[in-house]
Parts: sequence; C-alpha cells; structure tokens
Amino acid sequence: MGFFSKIKETLVGKSAKQNDKYVAGLDKSNSSFSSKINELAARYREIDDDYFEELENILIMSDVGVNMVMTIVDEIKKEVRLQNIKDPKEINEIIIDKMFVIYANDSYMTTKINYDDEDLTVILMIGVNGAGKTTTIAKLAHMMLNEGKTVMVAAGDTFRAGAIDQLDVWAKRLGIECVKGKEGGDPSSVVFDALKRAKEQKVDVLICDTAGRLQNKVNLMNELEKMNRIIKRVVPQGPQETLLVIDATTGQNGVSQAQEFSKITDITGLVLTKMDGTAKGGIVLSIKDALNIPVKFVGLGEQMDDLQEFDLEQYIYGLCKGLLEK
Amino acid sequence: MAFESLSERLQESLKKIRGQATLTEENMDEMLREIRLALLEADVNFQVVKEFIANTKQKALGQDVLGSLKPGQVVVKIVHDELVELLGTTVSELDLSKKPTVIMMVGLQGSGKTTTSGKIAKLLSKKYSKNPLLVAADIYRPAAVDQLKTLGEQLDIPVFEKGTDVKAEQIVSEAMNYAYANHHDVVLIDTAGRLHIDEPLMNELQNIKDIVHPSEILLVVDALTGQDIVNVAQSFHDHLQITGAVLTKLDGDSRGGGALSIRHITHVPIKFIGTGEKLDAIDLFYPDRMADRILGMGDVVSLVEKVQDVYDEKETMKTFERMKRGTFGLDDMLEQMHQVRKLGPLSGILKMIPGMPKMPQINDEDTDKKLKLTESIIYSMTLEERRDPSILNAKRKERIAKGCGRSVADVNRLIKQFEASKQMMKQMGNLDPTTGMPTQRPQNRMNFNPNRKKERHKKKKKR
Repeated sequence: MGFFSKIKETLVGKSAKQNDKYVAGLDKSNSSFSSKINELAARYREIDDDYFEELENILIMSDVGVNMVMTIVDEIKKEVRLQNIKDPKEINEIIIDKMFVIYANDSYMTTKINYDDEDLTVILMIGVNGAGKTTTIAKLAHMMLNEGKTVMVAAGDTFRAGAIDQLDVWAKRLGIECVKGKEGGDPSSVVFDALKRAKEQKVDVLICDTAGRLQNKVNLMNELEKMNRIIKRVVPQGPQETLLVIDATTGQNGVSQAQEFSKITDITGLVLTKMDGTAKGGIVLSIKDALNIPVKFVGLGEQMDDLQEFDLEQYIYGLCKGLLEK
Repeated sequence: MAFESLSERLQESLKKIRGQATLTEENMDEMLREIRLALLEADVNFQVVKEFIANTKQKALGQDVLGSLKPGQVVVKIVHDELVELLGTTVSELDLSKKPTVIMMVGLQGSGKTTTSGKIAKLLSKKYSKNPLLVAADIYRPAAVDQLKTLGEQLDIPVFEKGTDVKAEQIVSEAMNYAYANHHDVVLIDTAGRLHIDEPLMNELQNIKDIVHPSEILLVVDALTGQDIVNVAQSFHDHLQITGAVLTKLDGDSRGGGALSIRHITHVPIKFIGTGEKLDAIDLFYPDRMADRILGMGDVVSLVEKVQDVYDEKETMKTFERMKRGTFGLDDMLEQMHQVRKLGPLSGILKMIPGMPKMPQINDEDTDKKLKLTESIIYSMTLEERRDPSILNAKRKERIAKGCGRSVADVNRLIKQFEASKQMMKQMGNLDPTTGMPTQRPQNRMNFNPNRKKERHKKKKKR
C-alpha cells in the first residue's frame, strides 16, 4: 500500500470543514494538474520515453524546479522498472508517492509557531516586494488571537508609500497595537521601539513587518541583518521565527530568494501566499530539497481567516484530487 | 546567479560535434535539450519553449558553421535572434494621441501596479511634458489609496480619490469629469490587484473599461513569476484586450523569461520595465537586452556586438588620436569610463566572457561608488588641469580636494592611477593596428629569462 491510499484513509478522519476549505482554495490549482496527469494516462497505452517527457512538462508547469523535476522523474522511472509497470493508469500512485517522499525526506517538519514561554516571541516577516508580507501578518495575528495569545505588530516597512497605514488599518480591525515610526525612517529603530513596548505591555508575540527587498540588493540585505542584531540584543533567543513569504506564482527565482535570504538570517519556515489562484507553488518542493526549509502556512485569500497551516498530505491530496476520484 | 549561462551549458554537448562543418539533426539534439532546459529555468512557459525549439531547429538545420565561429556560437546566435524576433524587434512607446489619454493599470496583487503608475506619471510629466492625473481605484486593499496619495505628493502630481466607500466604477467616471474640467491630458487609473479567476472583480475591470475607453490597458507583471504567467496573461487579455505589458522587479536576479510567454500568448508589446524602487527606475523595453538576459548573457558574440553598439566610434577615435599624440588627459579617461558604464553593470559584462562567470561576484554598487568618486574629483579640476595633470601642485590639489569634498590622498591616488593607465596606453599606441604587433622592438624585454642558456644546455646533455 502506497502513501496515496494512506492519505485517503487519514483524510476521512480529518475534520471535514478544514479539509473543505483547503480543497476549495486549492481547487483551481489542482484541477489542472491532476486532470493533466489523468489525461496523460488516458492518452498513452504504455509507458515510454514520450510519456515521461510529457510528465516532465506537467511537473514543470507547476513551477517545480527543473532539476527537481529531473530527480522526480528519474525516481519514478526506476520504480516503474522495478515493479515492471506497463499501464499508465497504475503509475499515478507512484507519482504522488515519490513527491511525498522527496518533500518529507526523513526530516522533522512542523507547522507550529515556536512560542517562547519564558520570553517575548518575536516573529520576523521577510520577502521580496509584493509577496504579501503585510497581509500575512494580519492573518497570522488573527490566528494567534484565536489561540488566546496577545499580539503586537511593528510597522517595519518604512520605505514603501502607504505600507505603515496598511498595517495600521489591519491592526485596528484586529484590535491590536501597532508600533509605528516615521515614513522613510530607520526600520531598526521602529523594531527597537516595538520590542521595548512589547516587553512593557507583556504581550506574548511581536510580529515585525519589513520592507520588501529583492535578494540581490546588498544594502537592503545589510539592513535586514541589522534588524536581526537589534532583536537579538533585546530578546536573546529571538527572532524565534523568521518566515519567508513567497508568492505561489513565483517561478525558478524562488530558490534564489530562499538561498540569499537564508545567508542573512536563519529562515525557520515559508509562507506560501496567493494559493487561491491557478498557480501551484511547486517551487516549494525545490526549496525544501535545496535548503530544507519547510512550508508552515498557506495563504488562500484576502480575508483575515484565509491562512491555513500547511499540511503536506492535504497539499498533495489537493494537487491530486482528480486522481483519487477515479 | 543560481543558474549557469547557456553557453556554459552547451560546452559539454559541444565537445561531441567539434570540427563538424554543418549542423545536422543528430548533432543538434543534445544542444537543443540544453537550450530547452535553460529556457525553462528562465521561467519561459514550457508550451512556448516547445514551439520555440521546433522553430530554432528548423532554422539551424543545414546552417554552415562559418569562419572561425564554433558550432555552439552559431546555435547561440540563432537562438538569440529568434528570441529577439519573438520579443518584438522594435521598441514600443505609449499611444498618447487621444485627449485625454486614459491608461489603465491592471494585474495580480503585489505585481507593482501602484508604484508603476507613479513611475509612468513621473515619466510623462517630466519627459513628455504632460499633465497627468492619478486615479485611485483600488478600494479593497487597506491603505492602497494612501499609497497612491503619498506617491502623488512626492511627485507633485494630483491624485483623484473618493476613499474606499464608493464603487470603483463611480470613482473613475467622476475622475473623467474632473480630468476634463481641469485639463489633464493623461489619466492613469490604478486598479485593485485581483486574481485572474475572480469573476466579479474581472467584471468590474470590464465596466471601468466601458466607462473610460482607455487607449492603453497595461498588464503589470512581476518578473519573478513562473509558469502560471500564461494563465494570467491569457485571461486578462480575454477579458480586456490589453494593449501592452509592464515587466516589474527586473532589478532582481530572475531571468524574466515570462516576457517571452506574454508576447507569445497575447502578441502585445512589452512597453516598460521596472528596474528599482525609486520613482525614476523605469525604462523602455529593449528586446535584445531581454534576450541576453534570458539566455544568461554568456556569449562573446553578443558582447562584441554590444560593445560595437554602445561605443561611440567618433569619441573613441578622438581618444585614440590623443593617445597616439600623447595628450591623453583626465577627461579622456573619464569619457572612457562612461563608455564602459553604458554597457551595463560590470558584473553583467564579465558574465559574457566565457570562464568569467566562475569569478567571485563583483559588487556593482562598489564599482558605481568608485566611478562617482573619480567623477567628483575630475569635475572639481579646471579644464587645463584635466588636460594636463602634471601641472598639479600641492596648492591646486588642496583646492580640488576641497571642491569635491575628498581628501588630498584621494586626489593623489587618482593621479597615480591615471599615470599607470597612461603608461599602458602608450604601449598600446605602439601597436600596428593592422597586425596587432608592436611596430618597434620594445626597449627592454620583460620576459628575458636568465636561465635560458642553462636549459638548452641540459637538453643537449640528455640527448
């Protein structure tokens, strides 16, 4: 029995509501992916090189990195030879199996925030411009408030016009405090003020927004390093979480983003945003493979509660929904 | 850069066909596979890649390998030309004939619509002396209106806004009246970011389009976008018949292969590229530069072509003449540095030289800083001093240092550097341009080897 059937089994027991939401959000992404694989299986009577080339293309369409695709396809080829499979219909299970194994890769994965019980928990959000950092902060704060934590946010994006207001509007909607600086000021000073304020108020969690930066801008990356230092000075264990926000539509450049950002700070997890579109965010497979950074959360819409913990089983279930129903 | 350049990739497969005079189906296959991978890694949509490869194959088959070119270079050239053709051979500008010209900015969330609106508004008012009006039609994202308002203040360009409680359709129709009344000749509408599958929001765009009859609908696309770009472009085009695209965030290290996909799907020109966060970081789209970028720029052929394009021949000849006469001055040196700068960032130029990409990364910001420093020092000199730096005495140096806000040591360093390059020029001036050989025997042979005789002696002994 492969993972595939196991997924099927576990999911029956899962809370139906959460599952539905996930599937609904991912629906657009999946339908194309799984229907393509099904189509592929229907079109080919036996498994040959052409079949594998088509499979390669389908995976590439999901933005899975090129090298990663080669690895997956090679693995599948091996397995097919080993089990002597001829019928394309039987291969589906193996495809999903392999993707699962490659992502999991025997490493420990968690989607929980690493809260510090003794001290203030600091979460630093980083990413390129327009990835969805500020919106994700609002969603994350909403999620934590529901867990009964007290939350404060720091408007560390002092560069982009209107960014401070954007976070402030969200904070007002959520009824939490937002520490602001001047537009164009030093973001590190905002973070420092926020740290002090958070300690005074004894809140559980401080989420720091940062300005979007492309990973090849040396000065901006240095600025990030400085913010990290400031946080460490006040909270020695901090930041307990550094979340890299990646847009699901991002292509091969996602790996470079993760690589460059992780040179500056220890990224503890990814947030994959805009998954409610047709993009599949396959690049996270490559990032996990190259840097062993797991996805922690998935953004599925523009509302406050459109943030879900990343669930690998559901993600793959979602991607391959069409296959299950066969 | 995370990826190798195309020519590096091709090197391996090229070894096998070295010495063959024509490109045949067999010797092309592996190369085409490498090209396919390179394009896929540049985020070109795979469907586009497939057709592209088929086209290239047809063009390349039977091509003779000319002159001293290697087969790989021929292939790269064909691929490059094909890319340029696909990307559009001409530079496309905005259609500003109507009065007022209405430009609608559309795209996904976070692709950079608002910033790009600001950039275009600045460009239009500064370069084309237009009187633009920015319209804030993003009523959904918190503080989107504030963002545009702040940009408007920075640029001193009026922003029309009605807060977030009024429907977008109503905002734009009021904005049009306002534009007529206040004689704005360009109206830039910043719409809310939306997913291309969000029917209600796509309908809103259509309504706006029906109200304002825009002469340009620009789709703003992030250069980091992957394969999904085709779905986005296709569905925006189906709904709105876009007239052009803007590719943003090209100052990152992504290849931007999406540009190719957009062209292929929609056939509309790419009008602008965004190259930074500052409001003047916008540029027209040059297809050949984009082709270089997608390919990873790794070939000498295009470097040579690029140098030819950019180097101002007249200027160069003038400098060469002065060099020969020995009147090469500081201003000539500055001129040369500027010429090199026109080629683009230094790291990019070095990438084009095979073998160089493995060099440690050059920090472009550092080289820029150095150039600025040199510039400031030279500009603080009188014309006479620039022509002949030997007249510089301590007093003059002090004045120059004060003028540019640097220390005298900096001035001295520059002069030393100049003397060194002048020395080099003199030696090069002795070269006969037709043969590339020195016309006179060099005075002192640097490569004289005192052990020469001994070696010869040893060899004889062995025999």
